[in-house]
Amino acid sequence: MNVVAPQSRRQFLKVSALAGGGLLIAIAVPAAGRFAEAAEATDTAAPFAPNAFLRITPDGRVTVVVGYSEMGQGVLTAVPMLVAEELDADWSMVHYEQAPSDPVYKNPIFGFQGTGGSTTVRASWQPMREAGATARAMLVAAAAQRWGAAPADCRTEAGRVLHTDGRSLGYGELANEAARQPVPAQVKLKDPQQFRILGQPHERLDTPVKIDGSGRFGIDVRVPGAYTAVLARPPVPGAKPVHWNADRARAMRGVKTVVEVPGGIAAVADGYWNAKKARDALEVKWDLGGNTAWSDQKIHEQFAANVEQPGVVARKVGDAPAVLGEKHDGRRLEAVYEVPYLAHACMEPMNATASVHADGIDIWGSVQAPGAIQQALSAAFHFKPEQIRVTTTLLGGGFGRRFGMDFIFDAAFVSKAIGAPVHVMYPREDDMRAQFYRPAALLKFSAVLDRQGQPVALRMNTACASIAKSASMPLRGGLDSFAVEGLTACPYRMPNLQIEWNESEPPYGVWFWRSVGHSQNIFFIEGIIDEMANAAGRDPYEYRRELLTQAPRYRNVLELAAEKAGWSTPPAPGRHRGIAVGESFGSYVAEVVEASVADDGSVKVHRVVCAVDCGRVVNPRIVERQMESAIVYGLSAALYGRISIEQGRVRESNFNDYPVLRMRETPTVEVHILPSTENPGGVGEPGLPPLAPALVNAIHAATGKRLRSLPIDPKSLKKA
Amino acid sequence: MYTLHLNGHVRSIDVSPDTPLLWVLRDTLNMTGTKFGCGAALCGACTVHLDGVPVRSCSIPISAAAGKRVTTIEAIGESAVGRAVQKAWLALDVPQCGYCQSGQIMSATALLQSKASPSDEDIDAAMSGNICRCGTYNQIRAAIKNAAADLAGGQHR
Repeated sequence: MNVVAPQSRRQFLKVSALAGGGLLIAIAVPAAGRFAEAAEATDTAAPFAPNAFLRITPDGRVTVVVGYSEMGQGVLTAVPMLVAEELDADWSMVHYEQAPSDPVYKNPIFGFQGTGGSTTVRASWQPMREAGATARAMLVAAAAQRWGAAPADCRTEAGRVLHTDGRSLGYGELANEAARQPVPAQVKLKDPQQFRILGQPHERLDTPVKIDGSGRFGIDVRVPGAYTAVLARPPVPGAKPVHWNADRARAMRGVKTVVEVPGGIAAVADGYWNAKKARDALEVKWDLGGNTAWSDQKIHEQFAANVEQPGVVARKVGDAPAVLGEKHDGRRLEAVYEVPYLAHACMEPMNATASVHADGIDIWGSVQAPGAIQQALSAAFHFKPEQIRVTTTLLGGGFGRRFGMDFIFDAAFVSKAIGAPVHVMYPREDDMRAQFYRPAALLKFSAVLDRQGQPVALRMNTACASIAKSASMPLRGGLDSFAVEGLTACPYRMPNLQIEWNESEPPYGVWFWRSVGHSQNIFFIEGIIDEMANAAGRDPYEYRRELLTQAPRYRNVLELAAEKAGWSTPPAPGRHRGIAVGESFGSYVAEVVEASVADDGSVKVHRVVCAVDCGRVVNPRIVERQMESAIVYGLSAALYGRISIEQGRVRESNFNDYPVLRMRETPTVEVHILPSTENPGGVGEPGLPPLAPALVNAIHAATGKRLRSLPIDPKSLKKA
Repeated sequence: MYTLHLNGHVRSIDVSPDTPLLWVLRDTLNMTGTKFGCGAALCGACTVHLDGVPVRSCSIPISAAAGKRVTTIEAIGESAVGRAVQKAWLALDVPQCGYCQSGQIMSATALLQSKASPSDEDIDAAMSGNICRCGTYNQIRAAIKNAAADLAGGQHR
């Protein structure tokens, strides 16, 4: 049986009996949002194809097939919880399965199968609960039919249908009959007051395979007959190999061949070690091209020149330039903020396995966007999208990096060249230098305050490269929204506000990095607000609070963080506090950092208090852990993160020169979730942006020094 | 040919002498629980026990490991301490992406095997060679203490 019933809100619902018995349900919602536009241009698949599956087998096992990628953020638990709630499942019988690549698993926010932008719960909230509710209704109908009873006399609880007279049947017993029931035209979702699974701190379903080495990541894929390849890559953007000699490499043990592909020269061997040694033995003469003069200094100079020009106006309230041009008797502020490129440095270096054959391409790996891979490889290798099959494994970190396809293309090109499956591996140094960086950015602001210290006008002009362009996404009115997100949302009362962006084009690739544009822009704006509070002689918390009277969700998390941190009482001797707040991906987060600065300028962060309003909470433990995760990730960046450029080359190579936070430097983190009845916001990223500004604000409280660039430079904090 | 006493079994391996133990495990023996992170003993993802001592297998050539006892994540649950550590990891839901956790568990087990009741400083010293980009450090610390308490309670032999 196969039924397709049009639903309200232009949804389609497909139900079919499983070959092995049981019930299979899928639901679709239309693509929306800024990714959809880019996807529609290339997507020839049906516009409303299903995106989520639920399977109930006669043994009572409920399997939720998750089309999203698990990179630590808990989707393999959160998505099943959504289904299980409306299904009234017995949670102990709920399992996950990672979906294959198929347009039915489209992320409705993106319009293709992909995970990022803290979208999974937001994208799944409605359709996955509807999938559960639909299955529940059909199970009830099946039980009612068997009993000759009215469905209204039946209720459900923990995987069973119960009749008012005391009879009951398990879902497994009903699965076959349920599959033959008509699909309900509409289902009613629970009143959140009735939630029994959602909002509970359920343990993650994927923990068992992550404590005994059995979980399979991309790097663990073993395809019979596959070789391993490591590439010699252009040392400078745009460099081309003029000629190369592989005589030494080819003579080495275990080496199969050496081939040139668009990504570089690939040494192909029987395993990583031999491939890496052969790669290191390659003699490649590069034409370095025109980019060898780039340096941090040159990039800075370009940005600094850019922001002296008028940019694309991203938001305008009143007339800030005119007001700034007038004479004022209040304070006038003007300064430049700057942040460097950042690498993601996922624990699992980039890698992928590909097999290019006559019938299509198979890809196995840690990927965030199987749908985008299908589209891109089908275009490049002249296959239909459905001939590209992507098997998504567990991801050893993602943070946006695994939305990239460089490693996928490398693997596909090498496989095609050698006529065999191949696993392309990036040594850590290749991963670090692959140039998928959080954009370096500079922002110049000018502001005036009135005599009471209230802001009258604020103009912010930022310069950075365009992530949208890197990702082949359209710019609207010449504006890349990623470049200004976090600025345009400015929630503070500002009678005159102008935000501008100047696209800057150093040749280093920029990409989505945990919290994307918010990562630099909330650092900028929360530093600026702190400067205004200082200039006004006001407490930075109280000053923010007063300017947020029209922004209750910001204000509420700000107040909760301040209260929990004990803002009104002094910190322990030697410690100082800073505060910051920001919204990203639909969630509001405020953080208070407690830090101390030693005489030699070294900074120690003791404690971070975080308050979050992420709307309705699916799993509070996962929310808390994601906030803490983003805080640690953000603290690594604030203290150490910097990719620097020297003679056109990336200087950093590994964790020695791109340090990240370790256990001994990790502060205590307290997370407080604000109860909320709003729809869910994202949680993977929003904990990150307030960390760096809260830290520099704490450093200002400690030293009186205003840091306007990252990472924090202890030399500048050294006591004279 | 090299011989390893790997997880209680004798294994013979024919690779070049400079091949790191990590790649012998992963590529030659297909034991993928031990992870590659940096290749330079900087991140701890590849931690295994060599004669009971935690080492970074990416930087130990097979020629230096030959003839020694090697324990990996696949067999760490066979020891009382390893079992208690895994149990604590599960109870506290420590992993996020999970990639570094094999190495974390190997380092934590070695710590508790040498020190039944480690202080925070002991934990810092033993664990700061293991990077976690998901930032699970506070949960790792709590799980180590949890496992120590569990072992002290005599529930494990």
